[in-house]
Amino acid sequence: MTDAISTLGGGRPVSIHTDDAAKARLKTRYAAEMRFKWLGAGAVALAGFFLVLLLSTVVTQAWPALRMNYLMLPLDLSAAKVDPAKLDGFDFQGVINDALAAEFPDVTSRQDRRLLRGLISTGAGTFLRKDIAEDPGMLGTTVDYAVPLDDFADLYLKGLLADVGTDEAIATTVTPSGTTGDIELTFGDDAMLALARGHGATEGENGALTLTSGAASLLVALNGGTVKLTALAPGDGGTVVAKGLVIEALDSNAPAATGQAALRVIDTPESSRKISDKEIVWLDRLQSEGLTESRFNSIFFFTGASREPELAGVWGAVVGSFLTMIVTLAIAFPIGVSAAIYLEEFAPKNRLTTIIEVNINNLAAVPSIVFGLLGLAVFLNFFGLPRSAPVVGGMVLALMTLPIIIIASRASLRAVPPSIREAALGIGASKVQTVFHHVLPLAMPGIMTGTILGMAHALGETAPLLMIGMVAFIVDIPGGFTDPATILPVQIFMWADFPEPGFQQKTSAAILILLAFLVIMNAIAVILRKRFERRW
Amino acid sequence: MVGYLVLLLLALAAAAWWLGRSRAVASVNGEVARLHSLPGQHGMFLALFTAGPALLAVIIWAMATPGIESSIIANRFAAELSGMGVPQVEAFIRDARAIAFGGVVGFTDATKEAAAAAYRSIHATSLWIIWIVALALAAAGFFWAYGRIAPAYRARHVVERILRAFLILCSVVAILTTIGIVLSLIFESLRFFQQVPFYKFLFGTHWSPQSAFTGAGTEAGAVNEDIFGAVPLFAGTLLITFIAMLVAAPIGLMAAIYLSDYASKSVRAVAKPVLEILAGIPTVVYGFFAALTVAPFFRGMGESLGLDVASESALAAGVVMGIMIIPFVSSLSDDVINAVPQSLRDGSAGLGATKSETIRKVVLPAALPGIVSAMLLAVSRAIGETMIVVMAAGLAANLTANPLEAVTTVTVQIVTLLVGDQEFDSAKTLAAFALGLVLFCITLALNIVALRVVQKYREQYD
Repeated sequence: MTDAISTLGGGRPVSIHTDDAAKARLKTRYAAEMRFKWLGAGAVALAGFFLVLLLSTVVTQAWPALRMNYLMLPLDLSAAKVDPAKLDGFDFQGVINDALAAEFPDVTSRQDRRLLRGLISTGAGTFLRKDIAEDPGMLGTTVDYAVPLDDFADLYLKGLLADVGTDEAIATTVTPSGTTGDIELTFGDDAMLALARGHGATEGENGALTLTSGAASLLVALNGGTVKLTALAPGDGGTVVAKGLVIEALDSNAPAATGQAALRVIDTPESSRKISDKEIVWLDRLQSEGLTESRFNSIFFFTGASREPELAGVWGAVVGSFLTMIVTLAIAFPIGVSAAIYLEEFAPKNRLTTIIEVNINNLAAVPSIVFGLLGLAVFLNFFGLPRSAPVVGGMVLALMTLPIIIIASRASLRAVPPSIREAALGIGASKVQTVFHHVLPLAMPGIMTGTILGMAHALGETAPLLMIGMVAFIVDIPGGFTDPATILPVQIFMWADFPEPGFQQKTSAAILILLAFLVIMNAIAVILRKRFERRW
Repeated sequence: MVGYLVLLLLALAAAAWWLGRSRAVASVNGEVARLHSLPGQHGMFLALFTAGPALLAVIIWAMATPGIESSIIANRFAAELSGMGVPQVEAFIRDARAIAFGGVVGFTDATKEAAAAAYRSIHATSLWIIWIVALALAAAGFFWAYGRIAPAYRARHVVERILRAFLILCSVVAILTTIGIVLSLIFESLRFFQQVPFYKFLFGTHWSPQSAFTGAGTEAGAVNEDIFGAVPLFAGTLLITFIAMLVAAPIGLMAAIYLSDYASKSVRAVAKPVLEILAGIPTVVYGFFAALTVAPFFRGMGESLGLDVASESALAAGVVMGIMIIPFVSSLSDDVINAVPQSLRDGSAGLGATKSETIRKVVLPAALPGIVSAMLLAVSRAIGETMIVVMAAGLAANLTANPLEAVTTVTVQIVTLLVGDQEFDSAKTLAAFALGLVLFCITLALNIVALRVVQKYREQYD
């Protein structure tokens, strides 16, 4: 006994549970406790962080795609230009190109005019044709028409293609040597040299600098025009002489006073962006004249797929998904609920039912791509059903969701208390009547919830549908169950593969639409559960 | 056209229900109590016998005719098709069908037009046949059943027996699906193994089926057996799965422990939906995230550390797949941890153990079989996952254990071998089915083992 309790000075007993070593032990144990707790909290926080990261990536990418820039051009549709009798095969794109060229009378060379035409979407003529067909009153007049811009122009105006840079006044005088073509600009001091050096200019002899396409673009705006600097060299008396290419003609070659000229630096080198300095200057002018307009991107929401990012829409994929889901629901719901009813209410405990049960549980864990292989081998090759059709996609997804619906429905049927069944049987109902008149209605909310969740799962499924050819490029909106179609997740998969930057935003926006559908379906499931669920 | 027939049959069924009901009521002069079965059951009996056999005939017709029609066409045009191989004949018939009934046509020529015309006439004939057969069956069923309706007739028993048969049929669909999967995978795989011996497939280390017919010194049409070695795919799958589990297992398990034993109610109210949303996000979205955000991030980080990270590194795909599996692991582990009886925790706390000591020394050992089973299921899920790896992992089959390099997986190869290909007879496309068979067997085995582990080692506390 004296081992455990010893008396130290003061006579107070100290046990091994309260001595210093014990206190230290306790401290480490409590520290371990805290560590463990924070580890757990950290795991949860990490999962939350991943979710936020994923969603914020998608949302920030998708946001710009919800709006699109249009160019308001006065189109001359007078009879002299557009013959109302010959609208078929008429070159509407040409009318738009002429109107754009009229805005830029200086742009005369073939190459530049082609560049200018490239600012406008290649599908603009088709839209104009459609609008004229709907409203022939447009003909014979000059109308202000909103022309969709090309995807690169659109992305530039959204500020996503290059650092836009800002105009800064030049704190010295600038004297141009001419108004068009290759000219020389003389700067009053040598601040430009250091600036060009800081933006990637290549050093030459005698302190001369060359601005190649790998360096930032230095654009000087003066006398109502724009000059792009190509080379700089120190001049006499502390001045700098710069060679430049006039992008927009100057009004005069009068010297610009201090603060009159402005310099704009575009940091992304011309060679590593998809839009040239000329296009940037033109777009800026159109924007400053108020001719561009950012509108809700109706093309994205209401048209089919396209190879041109600015013309690509999700409507075809949404309709395809809808048709596929109808087939899935029409097959999986009745079969799933019937199977659940049989297994839960009627099945005797024998070998067959055990096999079925084990089977269903295993099917729920089979990788989805294997269902795609099944669809390919059985539905397409054996039964010869059409490729890429919603009916086949729906059947494959139905087989995949079947186990989910069966398991959910069984759980829901099991939750109905036996007293309901006994009461029904007691007043003379047959077994079938008991189930269909009393048990099934009570289990229905749970079954519906399980079905909606299963459908949400099917809506996001991609892999099996790749196998049965729903990955084809389809422009038309599918009109029936056997038309070739694609579905929303597959559309996302295809767009994610396209190299154009415009498609990245469209992919994210399509993801946003898919997630919106999933949120709606889950919300309905939650409401059903909250509203109708009964605890017995 | 068949749609109208089905609608007509449904309308007939409705009419028959009403007729049967009225006849039953009339047969007892309105004293319904004298009937053995309810009038509605008589109606249902008549409706089932009117429309049932006819609808069944329509379904069988719809499944059988495409094959029969194709074989008739193939016979009739045997002379023109004699020089072609099986894929060309299939393409020919597909095009003829597309010309006849609308669809995407490869190219047309006179023979195909003739075949399409023959197709149209055969189809018209078969439509006539099914209309006549269906209507005859409906009439026969109606008159046979109509004559049976009498006060003592046990219509309810018949109807309920048919209903029960239908319910059984529906539950058998699940078995049929499994049989369909197994048979289709095995048949196509056997065709593949006729061309490539299975030991070369399972143990070969060189995989490049895309170059199957472009030479390597073999004559045209011959299959190079040595390019179907699937070991690099298995290794790549294992590598990515391993990385995924490195992410998902600790995070998922710790999250489950925290949520079940530490978290307050309000924390749980936020954290549970977060995990559920994470579980509900489609895999294609994870794939996009992996390819566009995570892979460039790892690449940039590797560059700044002086490491050479492939843009389609196994690391990126594995980490994102791990994120996808976190909710799966945590919800399964949560169930298991919650199933450990409270008395064990109370006992441990009574002995003076802290909460973490209780969890580590009491709860986790008790829940171990369940946790192992959860991890096995998660592994099976990761092996079968497709979209993330298709979008973020590589295509080249490198045999490497370096997570910074690009590897490919079984599912990626199945997709690349089959997407966009229209012929299903080359060794290249059949290889996809062999891979599918391997995938199916492995996931099935993992699921069975997971189930066994729980059954065998679970401790009974009650």
